[in-house]
Amino acid sequence: MESPLMHLALVGTPNSGKTSLFNALTGSRQKVANYPGVTVERKEGSFVTPHGRQVSVVDLPGTYSLRGRSPDEEITRDFVLGRAKGEMPPDLILCVADSTNLRLTIRLLLELKNTGRPLALVLNMFDIATRRGVTVDVPRLSEALGVPVVTSIAVRKGGTADLLRLTDELLSAVPAVDRQSNWHPLTVPELRATQREADRIIADTVSLPARPDTWTARIDAVVLHPVGGLVVLLLILFVMFQAVFAWAQPLMELLSSGFDALGQLVHDGLPAGLLQSFLQNGVISGVGSVIVFLPQIIIIFLFILLLEDFGYMARAAFLMDRIMGGAGLHGRAFIPLLSSFACAIPGIMATRVIDNRRDRLTTILIAPLMTCSARIPVYTLIISAFIPAKEVWGVVNLQGLVMFGLYAAGIASALGVSFVIKFLMWRDYQPAPFMLELPDYKMPRARSIAIGIYTRAKMFLQRAGTTIFAMMVLIWFLASFPQPPAGATEPAINYSLAAMVGKVIAPLLSPIGFNWQIAVALIPGMAAREVAVAALGTVYAIEGGKEAAEQIGQVLATKWSLATALSLLAWYIFAPQCASTLAVIRRETGSWVWMGVTFAYMLALAYAASLLTYNIAVAMGAG
Amino acid sequence: MTENCDTRPHQPLGLAKRGYAGTIQHLSACGTNSSLPDAELESRLIELGFVEGARVEILHEGIVGRDPIAVRVDNITVAVRRREAMAIIVA
Repeated sequence: MESPLMHLALVGTPNSGKTSLFNALTGSRQKVANYPGVTVERKEGSFVTPHGRQVSVVDLPGTYSLRGRSPDEEITRDFVLGRAKGEMPPDLILCVADSTNLRLTIRLLLELKNTGRPLALVLNMFDIATRRGVTVDVPRLSEALGVPVVTSIAVRKGGTADLLRLTDELLSAVPAVDRQSNWHPLTVPELRATQREADRIIADTVSLPARPDTWTARIDAVVLHPVGGLVVLLLILFVMFQAVFAWAQPLMELLSSGFDALGQLVHDGLPAGLLQSFLQNGVISGVGSVIVFLPQIIIIFLFILLLEDFGYMARAAFLMDRIMGGAGLHGRAFIPLLSSFACAIPGIMATRVIDNRRDRLTTILIAPLMTCSARIPVYTLIISAFIPAKEVWGVVNLQGLVMFGLYAAGIASALGVSFVIKFLMWRDYQPAPFMLELPDYKMPRARSIAIGIYTRAKMFLQRAGTTIFAMMVLIWFLASFPQPPAGATEPAINYSLAAMVGKVIAPLLSPIGFNWQIAVALIPGMAAREVAVAALGTVYAIEGGKEAAEQIGQVLATKWSLATALSLLAWYIFAPQCASTLAVIRRETGSWVWMGVTFAYMLALAYAASLLTYNIAVAMGAG
Repeated sequence: MTENCDTRPHQPLGLAKRGYAGTIQHLSACGTNSSLPDAELESRLIELGFVEGARVEILHEGIVGRDPIAVRVDNITVAVRRREAMAIIVA
């Protein structure tokens, strides 16, 4: 007979290595969703214990206490107390501790004990602690705390064997009747007393080395230096963007020629007609032109995940706190804003770490201005078509420089908008406190980075396979029907629905230099920015036959003026071209108003920026 | 709450310079300029390990107004703004 599914919850302070333990336990058997009614990310995975027990494990948001001062921490509290909506109360809570830093977790554990739920302490990263000279009397600690204690090394193969064994043991002994919870939010004196108790237990059972981690101190001496630290930060960002542009190139060319070959195969294998056109121009060249950008998305996530795992993100927040404060932003906004470079959606969701509502709202409003990876396809296409790939100042690639400039423009406008928001709405603004643990540096682990990249790449491909595919079919349809009358002399697309729609809105866009083909591409581009590239490909491919699809860029270079290209770049810095981002803003702020505000201000900025760019470029002779 | 403020002579961590090392005497959020209520500020400081008797050392400062500060609290490092560090009384 199969044993029933058991439920496990991982609880711990931020930086306790909870997520790497979660990865070690579940591998790629993970599901990411949202808790019902809130937008807190719910990470669930599953594994089988040595005794064959099916276990589902939830990685709860990191917290220092059960007071629940943010939506994330409320989830952790409610989940642990078994009162989260639609959730099974956990059969066992694993409280995860960084073994090199037990104080805060032991206090959290003492608080967790009050909930009356079955509980065990996992001393994670035990290898690092041993190397640093931390020794823990595990049996004694277990006795003092009154809960089972086990050590683990999440990042090593077999490092969770003891934990798995203990899980089996504890789950087979789950009491039929729960002990009553006598948890209540701790008052300041109680909190203090709990910390004293934790410190007393640690003093009794753990011996700490006299010296702190010397590597962390040495790296911080440079990285947190008031001037040197900022130089390092800028350097990291610069290398990141050069890498996104340069490293991805060979892979992208490979993918691109692969899709071309596939399209050719379909072209040769099928009789000329609608089906051939649909598969080659609609499906393969459409979806292919988006999937081509996968290498760049992987590289940007590689950087973000590496910096996060290394421990640099908190340092970046420290360095940027007062600088961003000048623009009315909280230091903690740095991480969500940096994530927004990959995609505004995780970025906006990451604003939950900001507990002050005003700070959070400001960050949400400007997050879409950060250059997300969906803009990269558009930027890359236009830059490679219009900007020569020459070296400037000996070492820097001009294309890379323009790319960097576009990112910089996004950042500058975000700071500007934030400043205006602060000025218009919250002049009596009192800055919320900035309090953040700066964890010791850790060598990022290939496995956990790989899992992180894998989940994100999968999300991107799913999007390419669903939303983007559907949009591609739609635009192919719009561009193919109605079919041109017999004996038509103009290209077929000039008779299509797409041309009609494009020509209707084209007059609105002509002051900023957009032709009707761009207008057509912008409509499906509302679903996701990168769709515009595929749409342009489809529009021009169908117009010019199959030769055009092979080099969209070359075609654009002959069809557009430089002023139009620059104007489109400016448009894409600001334009609210992403329905999913707007949907997330609506959900996170709980109001249509803020979604509308975001849409309106971004559209206005985009139009103004394009108008300015186009007219200046034309005046300078680029028209 | 101001009239109930602790009147013991004190040196707040928020005024200390980089390189300062000392021990926490007590917490007194009363009269600080933080946007948090006193009890909330004290709770958060305790949750990050700022308790009576903890060894503290200012390791780093930010570039603008020497703020925020990176403080070694026993064996962890915590970033706080000076405004909130005013509640940490050291000697």
